[in-house]
Amino acid sequence: MSPIVRPYGDTTGDGMVQTSFTLPVPAGKLADGAAVQLANKMGLDPAMVAHSKAMGPDFTFFVVYGRAQHLVDTDAVTVVERDYDLLSPKEANLAIRKGLRRRLTVVGACIGNDAHTVGIDAILNIKGFAGEKGLEYYRELRVVNLGAQVSVPGLVERSLAEAADAVLVSQVITQRDAHLLNTMEMSAAFREAYPDSRRPVLVVGGPRFDEQMAAELGVDRVFSRGTTPAEVASFLVHELVTRRRAVRGAA
Amino acid sequence: MPARPEPRLALDPAKVRKARRLAKRVGRPIVALAQEHTTVSIERATLRMAGLSGADPDGIPWANRLLDTVRADVGLDHGVALPVWDALVRGEAGDLAELAGKASVGSVRFRLPEGRDRVRARAAARKSVGAGISRLDASRRQRERLVKKWGDPKQRPWIYLIVATGDIYEDIGQAQAAARGGADVIAVIRSTGQSLLDFVPEGATREGYAGTYATQENFRLMRAALDQSSAELGRYVRLTNYASGLCMPEIATLAGLQRLDMMLNDSMYGILFRDINPVRTLVDQRFSRQVHARAGIIINTGEDNYLTTADAIEAAHTVTVSQLLNESFAKEAGLADWQLGLGHAFEIDPDVPDSFRLELAHALLARQLFPNAPLKWMPPTRHMTGDVFRGYLLDGFFNLVGALTGQGILLVGMMTEAVVTPWLSDRDLALQNVRYVLNACGGLSEDFHPPPDGFINTRARLVLDESIDLLERILAHSEPTHGAGLLAAIADGTFGLMKRPADGGRGLDGVVRRADDYANPAIDALEAE
Repeated sequence: MSPIVRPYGDTTGDGMVQTSFTLPVPAGKLADGAAVQLANKMGLDPAMVAHSKAMGPDFTFFVVYGRAQHLVDTDAVTVVERDYDLLSPKEANLAIRKGLRRRLTVVGACIGNDAHTVGIDAILNIKGFAGEKGLEYYRELRVVNLGAQVSVPGLVERSLAEAADAVLVSQVITQRDAHLLNTMEMSAAFREAYPDSRRPVLVVGGPRFDEQMAAELGVDRVFSRGTTPAEVASFLVHELVTRRRAVRGAA
Repeated sequence: MPARPEPRLALDPAKVRKARRLAKRVGRPIVALAQEHTTVSIERATLRMAGLSGADPDGIPWANRLLDTVRADVGLDHGVALPVWDALVRGEAGDLAELAGKASVGSVRFRLPEGRDRVRARAAARKSVGAGISRLDASRRQRERLVKKWGDPKQRPWIYLIVATGDIYEDIGQAQAAARGGADVIAVIRSTGQSLLDFVPEGATREGYAGTYATQENFRLMRAALDQSSAELGRYVRLTNYASGLCMPEIATLAGLQRLDMMLNDSMYGILFRDINPVRTLVDQRFSRQVHARAGIIINTGEDNYLTTADAIEAAHTVTVSQLLNESFAKEAGLADWQLGLGHAFEIDPDVPDSFRLELAHALLARQLFPNAPLKWMPPTRHMTGDVFRGYLLDGFFNLVGALTGQGILLVGMMTEAVVTPWLSDRDLALQNVRYVLNACGGLSEDFHPPPDGFINTRARLVLDESIDLLERILAHSEPTHGAGLLAAIADGTFGLMKRPADGGRGLDGVVRRADDYANPAIDALEAE
């Protein structure tokens, strides 16, 4: 197969594409012309406005068909592989049940003065986030949500008591780098309290974190804005079931 | 409300009566629990009813500051009213806000008044809180006047649309556009996690997480904007928000004062999805529903939520059971049939054979069990995959069930569910979908008579039987501490697969057993009806 392809409408090489969008322009000839201009700039030529409709006095909605002028070289496609597989709740549960033969305990908290539980609740509460159920929904995860304003020693103590496999910490407040300092204090405390091989997986999340900073902060993973519960659950399975087992197998 | 719809299902009336009787029995211990307890939020709602609003410079509402001080001085088991109005009668402050300010800096000490002092404090409390009750009544009368003037929507179901930008001023523009596009009811989604705040934020807010904070000022601004739209459009556009979470009673009170028209109000949502303590929120719910009853607000219940976690076929009877329980709790709290927006949803896997017929059976069952309630019909979410074209078709079938089974309130489904928060064009397309279906087959229900032994009737009867079984099992549940079957059933994961024990979850420390001489003039007034 040639690595060079075009979109396929009903004939090889026809390049046909369908798209829809809204412009902040009142419906009319000018609006239709503007839609064609946009489609042309998107690489659709010729472009045909198949449908345009006023949406209120100031907006127009379009359905446009056109021939894409661009070629796609499939050899030049690079795919960014996530370093772990994204699992559905069912798959995650199964992996834990098979790989660990017990439930995995996750302790979550907002530490320091941060009272914003939005992030930790979006990940942990069954209600979840972005249409995905939170970790509480996973039968094989035992979730202990400590809520807001938990002290670092309190968090370590609870993690020991609950025999936590993973500790999730959420930080929203960034004043004077509070999120970074709190995280480093937390990771240091866990290193002190646990022998290295027994330390729970440490995960920190919040809208202003840089995902590259895990090593610097002393945690196993940093999650930033828009992270969904399934991503977190999949990462935990990867770290605690898939990877740890692989390490044991090698040793 | 339309005339009672003609029955379409051949249900055994004796079984329907039995299901209702069982629901009432299941509810009885919960009602008793509510009568024996109060909560911090009920007491704060009482203060708010008497006109206390505003917050200290840190944003902590005066209602919280005052209540916390009273609780520290004399406890809450006698209610907040006696110590607070005793302090006012003693001349510690000119009004509640001043008293809260003084209390928060420790310059007032509260006591439990005795004898004549108690009589005086009680009379003063009754007068202040009574003024708030009168404001609820005035809001209700105002709504009745405006509905008369501008009229109700011409069609059933009422079309319910959501806005949620986080910024109340942005919401207003979107809500007015949605009303112009055909929405009869606007719901302003709350900021994620507001249900877990044990205070109600103050003032107009411009930042939220996936929603806009419910505040008294936001309520006022949005209601005023929709009054403008109602006048422009010649129909009364209703406003919805959420009386749920830890501040359920306070938000119900603010909604009544600011003439909101519908409120999501269902303890089970907070218990299952937010891990709120079951006792706290069931106690709060009774007070909230009493306020809603008085304020003429339609409640919406959240049965649709169960089906987002449990299977919509296997768990169909849990929806019915919850509707029966919600009806029973609501009636006990004084709500009338026209105020019961009992929830249910179109969430059966579309790949299951006969999924549409099953949906019809479930929707008809709800319709027939609650013939005079404005049932709230919720669109598919769980099986919306991101294929927006298939989603549009699914929403069309959802609308068809709504039209065919005479649902009261139809929450408009978005084809971009699970992809993006709705775009302007998504809303417009969604409303076209609804309008097409209602236009094309709004009257189809009169031609629709499923045969008594056909698939739909058989399925509906099965779900009713399963519901009766479940209610009987709940009654049989025994739990030594509370003696309430429902609490034990909730602890066992009967609903939505979540296990929520009565001594776990958030907000339990805000529950207080009432003393014998507990006094709350708001409850007295609400129960006097």
